[in-house]
Amino acid sequence: MSMIQTQKLTFEYIRRDEEGNVEGITRAVDEVDLDIKEGDFIAILGHNGSGKSTLAKHMNAILSPTEGTIYVAGMDTRDDEHIWDIRKSAGMVFQNPDNQIIGQIVEEDVGFGPENMGVPTEEIWKRVEESLKAVGMYAYRKHSPNKLSGGQKQRVSIAGVLAMHPKCIVLDEPTAMLDPQGRKEVIRAVRALNQVEKITIILITHYMEEVVYADKVFVMDKGSIKMEGTPKEIFSQVEKLQNLRLTVPQVTLLAESLRKEGMPLSKGILTVDELMEELKCLLL
Amino acid sequence: MPIIINHLNCIYEAGTVREVKALKDINLVIPDGQFIGLIGHTGSGKSSLIQHLNGLAKPTEGEIYFNGEDINDPDFDKKKLRSQVGLVFQYPEHQLFEVDVFSDVCFGPKNMGLSKKETQLRAYEALKMVGMEDEYFYQSPFDLSGGQKRRAAIAGVIAMKPKVLILDEPTAGLDPKGREEILNLIKSLHEQMEITVILVSHSMDDVADYVERIIVMNQGEVFLDDTPKEVFSHQEELEQIGLTVPTVTDVMRRCGKLGLSVDEQVTTLADAKKELLGLYRQKK
Amino acid sequence: MLKDITLGQYYQVDSPIHRLDPRTKLIGTMVYIVTLFLYRNLTIYLIALLFLAMVIKSSKVPLSFILRGLKAIVILLFITALFNLFLTPGEPIVSFWKFHLTKEGISNAFFLCVRLIFLIIGSSLMTLTTTPNQLTDALESLLGPLKKIKVPVHEIAMMMSIALRFIPILMEETDKIMKAQMARGAEFDSGKLMKKVKALIPLLVPLFISAFRRANDLAMAMEARCYQGGEGRTKMKPLHYGMRDGLAFLIICIYLTAAVVLGKYFALPLLFFLG
Repeated sequence: MSMIQTQKLTFEYIRRDEEGNVEGITRAVDEVDLDIKEGDFIAILGHNGSGKSTLAKHMNAILSPTEGTIYVAGMDTRDDEHIWDIRKSAGMVFQNPDNQIIGQIVEEDVGFGPENMGVPTEEIWKRVEESLKAVGMYAYRKHSPNKLSGGQKQRVSIAGVLAMHPKCIVLDEPTAMLDPQGRKEVIRAVRALNQVEKITIILITHYMEEVVYADKVFVMDKGSIKMEGTPKEIFSQVEKLQNLRLTVPQVTLLAESLRKEGMPLSKGILTVDELMEELKCLLL
Repeated sequence: MPIIINHLNCIYEAGTVREVKALKDINLVIPDGQFIGLIGHTGSGKSSLIQHLNGLAKPTEGEIYFNGEDINDPDFDKKKLRSQVGLVFQYPEHQLFEVDVFSDVCFGPKNMGLSKKETQLRAYEALKMVGMEDEYFYQSPFDLSGGQKRRAAIAGVIAMKPKVLILDEPTAGLDPKGREEILNLIKSLHEQMEITVILVSHSMDDVADYVERIIVMNQGEVFLDDTPKEVFSHQEELEQIGLTVPTVTDVMRRCGKLGLSVDEQVTTLADAKKELLGLYRQKK
Repeated sequence: MLKDITLGQYYQVDSPIHRLDPRTKLIGTMVYIVTLFLYRNLTIYLIALLFLAMVIKSSKVPLSFILRGLKAIVILLFITALFNLFLTPGEPIVSFWKFHLTKEGISNAFFLCVRLIFLIIGSSLMTLTTTPNQLTDALESLLGPLKKIKVPVHEIAMMMSIALRFIPILMEETDKIMKAQMARGAEFDSGKLMKKVKALIPLLVPLFISAFRRANDLAMAMEARCYQGGEGRTKMKPLHYGMRDGLAFLIICIYLTAAVVLGKYFALPLLFFLG
């Protein structure tokens, strides 16, 4: 079944000068056609300003399309009747870990979503416990979010979305402000949710190492989708990615440059382990 | 103008339950013109250390000598120090405040008490040096793109013509192309201005290609301090404190373990390529 | 200096006071504050002291921690005491040059200081034993009847709790921006008043921009998590009065009666030793 489906989705910002006169129109999202299946792990790549965040905000009905349509779990986001159902189905995690935690104690923050949905008290406690355990933050349930590391804060945010029992979680550059350790923690938690809980994941990022595990990758530029395929297919096109202001993981770059010099390595090597396997055959 | 750090200790909230030893007995010599990478986790003490270097933080014990003078001496001119040891904070674009880019860059030189003409001359030079095009000079800094804002903020420090330039995570939050551009900019500043550069980062991949010396910090102490080659040869120790070596170094070391005769201290992609290609051609 | 302020801080420990319903604590604090201003005699403060000592003892918050909160107002206390001692007209006891130490002055200074100290200790005791969230919940619940006359009680409580969450973040941010501008040669501590005010612009502009950005982000995050005001919301931690609260109310009533009655009929004047 389709989790998220878009048809010619377009979104335009109107730029205004200081007096409020229209200066121009920017197309942040330009006729995007997407079809994301339930249970998928999708990554959306793109440089800053490529329109990927704007696209993400449509999946949670924070933005409404200027033209075209987007269906989330079969519901049209322009339909005001469904807006809260859409937000229950597709949870969203944002970039800045400080600016999305509302509660002053970890468990209270995780309970915020279910409280808004009118979930009975006992059920809230059950959901909070489950969600915090799923992201490995249960031990911190009584802590103040201010004392946590960036990675821990983001995991609390993920738990906060999880407690709303969504079918799908959209993560809008959740690791952009984290250190490598925090990035690893978040990606590990996200992968576990996809594999164990079968939740559809849409990960928006510009860190190439994070998309290696995705089922499918979309690359955006100037508001439209320029490439799509498995990570292997995408990363084998090094030059095309570089033209889109992106790079490939260093190991892919190394394999690619060796291949160009005539070493018979396969295309789109993504991990050091893969490269070592092939080098073993070639050099030993 | 060399910097000598002598038995530097820094303790926050000494004597309370919340006592934190941010820096423990740091001894370092930073000679003129070096390009140094300062690596460590969040909380390793690297931010605290750089704030000591330009007098923003006061040591609990120990001294810092800049050009032979103790910077915490009551008679020492702190303001002059701050213009000579330029510090670019993390997300420096968040500190922009003036109505246009040019005036913002003028802020530093103006505070130094330079004449209006000299101030403007320096601002112009600095903006040119960071590659800012003339058309942006009189725009509001808030209308620039993320990468341009950061350049403007760096120009604001460059305009003071520091002898030592310290940058805290200058690539945080930028996309891959943006990261590369900023790192290349820093490299060219190092060469053109013939200054000492200290690049603070938590990514080994970022610094490996650029710096000549790496200082690794862990829990407030200097953990390693050597050339990149030497530092990366301590792969196990680095991994124990949660840091990784550059991917190419990892590949070469794994090759070595397989019994292949390669230089295991390679740190850049170009060298790794040369090594592996050599092996392959030999084999053939 | 800033970290000495214990008012508004929460001290995490498990005690009977911590476990009280926050509404009980809020009402208790109100009653206590009212009694402080009832009469000007020693009896009432002795009773208040007794009450306070009992609450402090059962709250398990170390006395030293509570008293640290007073450090921030020591100078204020000292100055007001000095002014009152020497500038209150009345019957002089000691005089030198233009200043007269009067009976009324001693009495004024004493009551002002004692009231202020008791007030600070009492109210910080409440915040030390109640999380800010519980406090806002209590306010929302106690002010609930005002909803009928269209006072947005839920919204006010939500705003308070968000403000409390972001105060430490914005303080940290202020410190960071200040340091960053100092690294560019800005000075915040020297110069004349006008210059000082002007020097604040490089601090305030980025701070406001950041605060607005945070507010915008937060609003979006709240909406994404289905926040739509107080209507139809359930509570993760609903407030319940328990046996303990009944007992507490009883003690509060006894205290109030004792304060009112004894304060009126067994009034010990402050200056009885002076005749």
